Amino acid sequence: MASPTTIILNAWIDGIGLLGPGLDHWAEARPILAGATDYAPRPVVVPPPVVLPPPERRRVGLAAKVALAVAQEAITTAHVDATQLAAVFSSSGADGDNCDALCRVLASDDRHISPTRFHNSVHNAAAGYWGIASGAMTPATALCAYDGSFGAGLLEALTQVAVDGVGTLLVTYEAPYPEPLHAKRPHPAAFGLALVLMPQPGPHSLAALHVEVTQTPFDRLPDANLEALRLQIPSARGLPLLRLLAQGRAGQVILEYLDPLSLTVDVLPCS
Amino acid sequence: MTPVCLSHFTASSCLGCGLDATLTALRAQRGGLAPCRFEGAGDLVTYVGEVPQLDDCALPSRLTEYECRNNRLALLGLQQDGFSGAVEQACARYGRGRVGVLLGTSTAGMLQAEQAYARRTPNTGALPDDFIYRTTHNSYSLAAFVRAYFHLAGPAMVVSTACSSSAKVFASAARLLAAGIIDAAIVGGVDSLCLTTLYGFNSLELLSPEPCRPFDSDRKGLSIGEAAAFVLLERPPASLDADTVLLLGTGESSDAYHMSSPHPDGRGAALAMAAALRSAGLQAADIDYINLHGTATPSNDAAEGQAVTALFGSRTPASSVKGATGHTLGAAGGLEAVISALALQYGFLPGGINTLHLDPAIPIRYLSTNSAMAPRRVMSNSFGFGGTNCSLVLGRAL
Repeated sequence: MASPTTIILNAWIDGIGLLGPGLDHWAEARPILAGATDYAPRPVVVPPPVVLPPPERRRVGLAAKVALAVAQEAITTAHVDATQLAAVFSSSGADGDNCDALCRVLASDDRHISPTRFHNSVHNAAAGYWGIASGAMTPATALCAYDGSFGAGLLEALTQVAVDGVGTLLVTYEAPYPEPLHAKRPHPAAFGLALVLMPQPGPHSLAALHVEVTQTPFDRLPDANLEALRLQIPSARGLPLLRLLAQGRAGQVILEYLDPLSLTVDVLPCS
Repeated sequence: MTPVCLSHFTASSCLGCGLDATLTALRAQRGGLAPCRFEGAGDLVTYVGEVPQLDDCALPSRLTEYECRNNRLALLGLQQDGFSGAVEQACARYGRGRVGVLLGTSTAGMLQAEQAYARRTPNTGALPDDFIYRTTHNSYSLAAFVRAYFHLAGPAMVVSTACSSSAKVFASAARLLAAGIIDAAIVGGVDSLCLTTLYGFNSLELLSPEPCRPFDSDRKGLSIGEAAAFVLLERPPASLDADTVLLLGTGESSDAYHMSSPHPDGRGAALAMAAALRSAGLQAADIDYINLHGTATPSNDAAEGQAVTALFGSRTPASSVKGATGHTLGAAGGLEAVISALALQYGFLPGGINTLHLDPAIPIRYLSTNSAMAPRRVMSNSFGFGGTNCSLVLGRAL
């Protein structure tokens, strides 16, 4: 076998988008995650998808709205042209409301479903809406790794940055299932976390990342409510990284990925 | 990109289980589509490509929580052509933490959820206790099943980008191999029949009432199929057999146009094909055959035809195998990569079947009969809902 030429998984974070219960926007959530302000969970208010043309705005579901909101926030804070970035969308369940609606119709006597329900059922619906919203004709993918969906998304985005040398927008998101699926997969709230990851540092870079796949035990969050969120929502598995970024200090964080693997992330803030 | 080696592969579809059955059907230009008798969808006037032996396939007792049609099809696929043995050898070479699982599916075990909804408790509406979401319904259940089947401990994920899913996994795996994070990857895809896709495509009036006829002027839509295709990807060994098939390039793009219709000019498709050529360091003239996405819907074939002529003119032989296999959705990219690899190894170009009158508005060099021409490099196209496009370039080692 040819010997592997290991490429170091390095990237610069230029933008962050965050939306969750009591976590509106990165700028507002930052003191909470840093531990300077108490965390107070409250219902998530998902902004309307103003980036979409009116026909798509009417059709898009909650999960994709969450994804679009954090994607747009990350792009705005990074001051980048979205059409130049590859995109990685990662979610465990994607559009749970739509799935429930489809299953109800298919279990009824009249199995005729609506075309919009059908195209919203694809796991890459959020990626498709993002393409329409942003105009980006660059590669976009849609992943699922159940509770490891944040780690899988981060790994895929970092290999695009490091191997292909392209700036990549990572969007991880989740929305709650309605009953009866909620009893089987109880995501408590909508949640989205997006990062703009660049192959080179720029004037808006917030921090440099270096990531390795390891078997080190993963970190938990000190705040009990935030830790509950981390455990219950796959995309919130990325919160320990945001906590370190919020503190603005150099350090290392171990993110939960897929048993027995973790992602060990070294963070170095850009001044 | 740095080429990677398809060191072992297999495919099972309505053409049969394993490479021999697939090759025999392709050589005979025999299809596997039949009138839809799928349980719960008997009112649909369409043809489907069902895998026949699926009901006889039982999961090992330690993996019964994964029981669903999609994972049964996955297991059936893994058992063909010595594929499982090849994975075990890779595990012995590299260790179980160094073998990745990257698989495509569009609906995974969605059928399990559909059936669970039909069995809700009347008073409470609760789903039955025997419905296990994580290991059947969730998109990742396919990769989780394969990872558990081989006791693997490496990176794993499902790509679920509709009908480009199991093409895009090749690109993701090549990146993980290039980054040195894994030494081998199980890639490919599994998608199985379910009501969501049958009634979904019916709602869009895209189901053909006859076996689908790609690129025919009278094409009436697609026929849905199911398939399991698996490829073991590794870095190429120092010396290669001439018959070895390599992944030479990958190209991905987005239409940024519409959720369920392709860009009419095929702009996204052309971008993906051009990116795949660039990734392989090749020109259009270096490609001997294009395995088209070719779903046989009026708009898809027209858009893909535009994209192909823009890049290749009318020179390069091209065909869609979906008249034989049906559109296997999230498994199509993997299945058609395997069929492309067979064309390279056995030295022939598979002609598309069911196409009687080539659409004169699409001036590509469409093959309706098999050709004895032995290709050296082929391109395989996979496009999907949400405007997702992926093209792969495969080639013989020598």
